[in-house]
Amino acid sequence: MSFAEPLQTAAGGLDVQAVRRQFPVLDQQVNGHPLVYLDNGATAQKPEAVIEAEARCYREYYANIHRGVHALSQRSTAAFEAVRGKVQRLLNAPQEKEIIFTRGTTEGINLVAYSYLRPKLQPGDEILITAMEHHSNIVPWQILCEQTGAKLVVIPISDAGEISLDDVEDRIGPRTRFVGVVHVSNALGTINPVKEIVELAHRQDVPVLVDGAQSVPHMPVDVQDLGCDFFVFSGHKLYGPTGTGVLWGRYELLRAMPPWHGGGDMIRSVTFEKTEFADPPARFEAGTPNIAGVIALGEAVDWFLGLGPSAVAAHEADLLGYATERLRAIPGLRLIGTARERAGLISFVMDDAHPHDIGTILDGYGIAVRAGHHCAQPVMQRYGVPATARASFGVYNTRDEIDRLAEGILKVRELFGG
Amino acid sequence: MNELADLYQRVIIEHNRNPRHFHRLEPCTHHATGYNPLCGDEVRVYLRVENGHVQQAAFQGESCAIATASASLLSEVLPGLPVPRARALVAEVIRLVNEGDSGDSFPGDLGVLGAVSRFPGRNKCAELPWKALEAALDNDHEASVSTE
Repeated sequence: MSFAEPLQTAAGGLDVQAVRRQFPVLDQQVNGHPLVYLDNGATAQKPEAVIEAEARCYREYYANIHRGVHALSQRSTAAFEAVRGKVQRLLNAPQEKEIIFTRGTTEGINLVAYSYLRPKLQPGDEILITAMEHHSNIVPWQILCEQTGAKLVVIPISDAGEISLDDVEDRIGPRTRFVGVVHVSNALGTINPVKEIVELAHRQDVPVLVDGAQSVPHMPVDVQDLGCDFFVFSGHKLYGPTGTGVLWGRYELLRAMPPWHGGGDMIRSVTFEKTEFADPPARFEAGTPNIAGVIALGEAVDWFLGLGPSAVAAHEADLLGYATERLRAIPGLRLIGTARERAGLISFVMDDAHPHDIGTILDGYGIAVRAGHHCAQPVMQRYGVPATARASFGVYNTRDEIDRLAEGILKVRELFGG
Repeated sequence: MNELADLYQRVIIEHNRNPRHFHRLEPCTHHATGYNPLCGDEVRVYLRVENGHVQQAAFQGESCAIATASASLLSEVLPGLPVPRARALVAEVIRLVNEGDSGDSFPGDLGVLGAVSRFPGRNKCAELPWKALEAALDNDHEASVSTE
């Protein structure tokens, strides 16, 4: 295997076969069939370069960071800190010191909830979210509401899975203190008009957090263009290691926020009378972080930028269009989420087969999909289904694999369709 | 593929398509709802117990084929059993769907659930109505199982 193998075709599109060869896990049989991995919304597989970067850290230069005068600590520190610049490029963030490493999207949202918002909330204040949020962008705010007497206000979604900007405007009032919105819905695939939502919120001086867990791996993201105040994502969905994630925030906001976790590495000086906290990002990175994981996340970011987020988006839009066409043709199958702007995934239910049974039967043919409520139970309630089956795409998926999916679904129909 | 065919064998498909005693039981002496928080499935089990014996069993809910068939089979085999025997059966079915055996010693068609043991992601689906049964007999009105 060569990491230097070009991943673009002469026409500028992705060379998907070359991309696939970089993912060792894809080369296997599952239940006697070649693996078709369509659960990228849950987590993405890792290219050799990422696996190798993490292993190389442990083999060659691993030590704790920010505290050693010895050579290995300096090398680890340099490699770890270099990842901030890589993520800054990925998000087009104004400043490197605005990049905070977390364990994932959930931790980033909780950090903002507890450190930024909770100290500001009064009884009767409002936090605005949409009806298509992942539980991770619902529950932290609900906990704050219980603690402070604030209220959660929810923007409804249409049958197609879209929100209307009029509804957003109507719900941003004098008591609105914060807006949390998902960029791309993990249950519906809807791409939300985040830039427009930010504009509406900013007119009332309300800050906005964008949950980018399902957008960063699938499209170009520019936080300055979106105009948001906080942006969070997970490394493991971006072909990087588990237990890594990023919170980006405007520096003036981060600078004014109290620490969330106290401990080592986040202080300037400690006495028993008073502790001076370090400036961001260190203020929010207490304790020894996931050093090798973050370093490998940097490799994933470089790898992804090397593919080109626009080329990835074009490839996956082709898969989504093809999958929508193939699945729509299957009698008794209903798509959940038919927004005009969608990315990355297709969610569906069938008349006669429960999503769990669909998942088990597809697995019997080597096809991995997610079946369940996708940590978005309010979305399931909205559409009156207990669960959906979801096929979510990544850079390495092909039209042939969509054909396998469609054939698998026809087998489900044969078994259950009567 | 044979394992898939075992799991979705005729008996299970048929019970899923035409679940027995799929209704509310009124009046009932015992009832409980089993939830699977991971997939959102729920199964409500109703019992009429008289003179220490289960006289009638019924269920309602929204669940996958495995949970539905398991509940349907439950409602078939339970009537007539003394309560201690029904309780013992809960443990036996949970062992069956986790460890598997020939299933020959089980009443009615219940033994077919043994095929679930080869699908570790699905044994909680088969357990769900039985957990609800246990909760009903304990006079708890909720039971929760998790698929992970």
